[in-house]
Amino acid sequence: MDFLLQNFASLTVTGIAIGAVYALVALGYTLVYGVLRLINFAHSEVFMYGTFAAVWIVKILGGHAGGSVVQTIFWLLAMLVAAMAVSGLIAIGLEFLAYRPLRKRHAPPLIALISAIGASFFLSELMGLRDRVTGLVGLDTTLGDYVSGARNNVGMPELIHPERVFPLGNYDVTSVDVLVIGGAIVMMLLLDRFVSRSRLGKGMRAVAQDAESAALMGVNRDRIIQVTFLAGGVMAGAAAVLYMLKIGATRYDAGFVLGVKAFTAAVLGGIGNLRGALLGGFVLGLAENYGSAIIPNGTAWKDVVAFVLLVVILLFRPTGILGESLGRARA
Amino acid sequence: MSESPVGDTRLLEVDHVTIRFGGVVALDDIDFHINEGEILGVIGPNGAGKTTCFNVMTGVYQATSGQVRFQGKPLVGLKRHAITKLGIARTFQNIRLFANMTALENVMVGADAHHTTGVGSAMFRLPKHRREEAEGEARARDLLRLMGIEGKGHELARNLPYGDQRRLEIARALATQPRLLCLDEPAAGFNPSEKADLMALIRRIRDDGYTVLLIEHDMKLVMGVTDRIVVLEFGKKIAEGSPAEIRDNPAVVAAYLGVDDADAS
Amino acid sequence: MKAIAWRSLPKPAQVAMMVVAVLFLFALPLLNLPIVTTPETDFGGVLFTVSVYVLVALGLNVVVGYAGLLDLGYVGFYAVGAYTVGVLGSLHGSWPWLLCVPVAVVASTISGLLLGWPTLRVRGDYLAIVTMGFGEIIRLTALNAQWLGGAPGISNVPRPPSLHLFSIPSLNWDSGVPKLDLSSTTPFLEFSVSYQVPYYWLVLAVIIVVLVFDKLVKDSRVGRAWEATREDEDAAELMGVPTFKFKLLAFAMGAFIGGLSGALFAGKQGFISPDSFMLMMSILFVAAVVVGGQGNRWGVILGAVCVAYLPERFRFLADFRVLIFGLALMALAIFRPQGLLPPRRTARVMKADKRQEVLEEGATSV
Repeated sequence: MDFLLQNFASLTVTGIAIGAVYALVALGYTLVYGVLRLINFAHSEVFMYGTFAAVWIVKILGGHAGGSVVQTIFWLLAMLVAAMAVSGLIAIGLEFLAYRPLRKRHAPPLIALISAIGASFFLSELMGLRDRVTGLVGLDTTLGDYVSGARNNVGMPELIHPERVFPLGNYDVTSVDVLVIGGAIVMMLLLDRFVSRSRLGKGMRAVAQDAESAALMGVNRDRIIQVTFLAGGVMAGAAAVLYMLKIGATRYDAGFVLGVKAFTAAVLGGIGNLRGALLGGFVLGLAENYGSAIIPNGTAWKDVVAFVLLVVILLFRPTGILGESLGRARA
Repeated sequence: MSESPVGDTRLLEVDHVTIRFGGVVALDDIDFHINEGEILGVIGPNGAGKTTCFNVMTGVYQATSGQVRFQGKPLVGLKRHAITKLGIARTFQNIRLFANMTALENVMVGADAHHTTGVGSAMFRLPKHRREEAEGEARARDLLRLMGIEGKGHELARNLPYGDQRRLEIARALATQPRLLCLDEPAAGFNPSEKADLMALIRRIRDDGYTVLLIEHDMKLVMGVTDRIVVLEFGKKIAEGSPAEIRDNPAVVAAYLGVDDADAS
Repeated sequence: MKAIAWRSLPKPAQVAMMVVAVLFLFALPLLNLPIVTTPETDFGGVLFTVSVYVLVALGLNVVVGYAGLLDLGYVGFYAVGAYTVGVLGSLHGSWPWLLCVPVAVVASTISGLLLGWPTLRVRGDYLAIVTMGFGEIIRLTALNAQWLGGAPGISNVPRPPSLHLFSIPSLNWDSGVPKLDLSSTTPFLEFSVSYQVPYYWLVLAVIIVVLVFDKLVKDSRVGRAWEATREDEDAAELMGVPTFKFKLLAFAMGAFIGGLSGALFAGKQGFISPDSFMLMMSILFVAAVVVGGQGNRWGVILGAVCVAYLPERFRFLADFRVLIFGLALMALAIFRPQGLLPPRRTARVMKADKRQEVLEEGATSV
């Protein structure tokens, strides 16, 4: 308990920072669930590919700490564009290859889940076997560093040296913290704007509530679903960048645990509810930190906090803190 | 056919029931009862609240205020399967059979309502299991015969023709040994000859000792087979009485035919 | 077709054929058949793994196939069974394996009831996630709790008791013709590190018992209730089926079999660690059931065999196993969602639909 009180500030700030990452990824889960009632098991890999895109672009461009402001901003933007593009593309590809065929055949939800799981494994293993796969087509030496040691952690060169920006209690909030939390908030505002104001956003909400009526009103369901996946993918890409700035390393299986936590966040806030996803993300980030500070030898149990929270929420308040809303809550 | 044995006992009472869904008042202070042994019809134009009324009477919905009593006991806080065991059975407007089970199996599920065989009895084929299985199957076959579909016992429910599906639903409901059988638009999609058969069937069911509640749109059928009728409009009861009384009731006529020509502009 | 052919045989013929099949299965590891036998790993060990998967698939089939509940955390029950044996038999006691097993299945069944009670009220897709969470909680607890052995796990787990009765020779095909090989024998019954085959025999015996009870329960009011619940839960309730009770029952039965499988697994391995119970296994278990044809006990057996045997048989593809598995799942979902051996009902439905199509085509072409 002492540990918690002493480090309250740092736990809170880091909790919010990682919570922001969870929130952005959670948006992807909640959007797809709201529109399709499908748990996109493979969204974790959408995120993971984004992290790799971010790392690799930095390596290609030779980014490093201590560069000029313009340079650093350039690298950050490059990361953002690369990650969002890659994640977005993978998300759309997933929809087209793994889910659309099932939708067209009116497959039951268990089957869709099986397809999602299969896609998730395929994508993560693809990354984990990139050395072997590229070897099969003779590209492994050319790509060298990028594909070797495929199962290992891939670290990112430090782009922004965390400098103290302002103190909060006994913790120095760093530039990285500000960037991560600030960046996340910007992305969330943009998405919120998109969903509530834009035509496509309205289409998404319409399809989430009543797909048939939406179709009768001229909403192209297939298009909307594509856009939904794209939006989720883009958010995951942004999350990937923030993740790399804060955590600094990724791996072929980095998606899994984060995916479960992000999904927990989505459910926590109310699945289908965008604001809920955000709230859920922050709550989870904080709960993890506080929880592991309270339990003796807590860091090992950090991951358990997420799972226990998930189980508890689904049992006692399955509609989440803010309740379901993008679509209509089913009885 | 023997005389309709309508008793004086009130089997089901709807006691000043109101149901609100959010801001919408679906049923407004509805009050009527069903006597044992009678055939009661509930009619009204579309949107009158017939299905809502039906659902609250069979325990699917809980009343916002007021009470539904079955054999004097309020239907409050009971699980749906418990209500069925009490003696209320129903069919569905849009047919909800167990599509991929055979006709016989569908009815046997209904017969299982009063069975208590569990895993233990089943695993070791104890006498209770054997007895209940034999009895269930026998009763199921009898009911299929009563409905005129005994040859189709091994057909999957989804493959039966429409009329047989409706009959199967009734058989399944009867298998639960109800005291009150609630039929939700049982004649939908029937041609006149089938409707006549249905009327005869309903009368036969009543003569076998069941009480029947009927929601229907077809006036001829309702007038022809019911003992009493309750009329709903916009969630309120606007009339109650014998078929003859209802037919001549101006409020009922207005409800169905809409506004007077003189008032329409 | 096949079902009708089988049923047209007289009862004694059916029994005789089943006895032959059973004897064949027991003899399988000793027959050393070419092609079927795995070249790189001990075939008896492979058969053991496959049969454990079959047992698990049968248990999960009750939950997923019969009652229609999505369970992605089945490995949790498996782990509870294994760890009970480990804890009672090695870590905090030295109970003999045979005594640990009843406690293990009681423990797993209780955990099934505890998990099922609150979660079965939750709707379908959520149930999948909650059960997945449960499975991970079990594993992470085993990983972090020192009194459960922690990351290193538990070693010296007791084995089933051995009887030293006689030895059975195997077949040798080196010369192209099967010959009795008296030098390579398997003792009946020795449960030690040296021989894998007796474990396989033990699990096979358990499978047979489970199959019998499975059929008895399915062809009863319980099986009907499950099917009705799966078809239309609300309608079933209104027809007097206490759906929650039966769902919980399915869950508990599944947990029972899961725990039993775990206890058998622990008894052979001699050593268990949290790594043996990863989420991947739950998914493989579900895959076995779905691939085979959920709801059809023979289908899920086939599915379990595919999921457990093929990776061993094609070990050279080892690194690509999961990748191919992922692709296979996707392909299955898209092209054959009903599984390899759909339940008789689905097959009948599909046939009936085909007949209908033919009739309709015939009508339009007239």
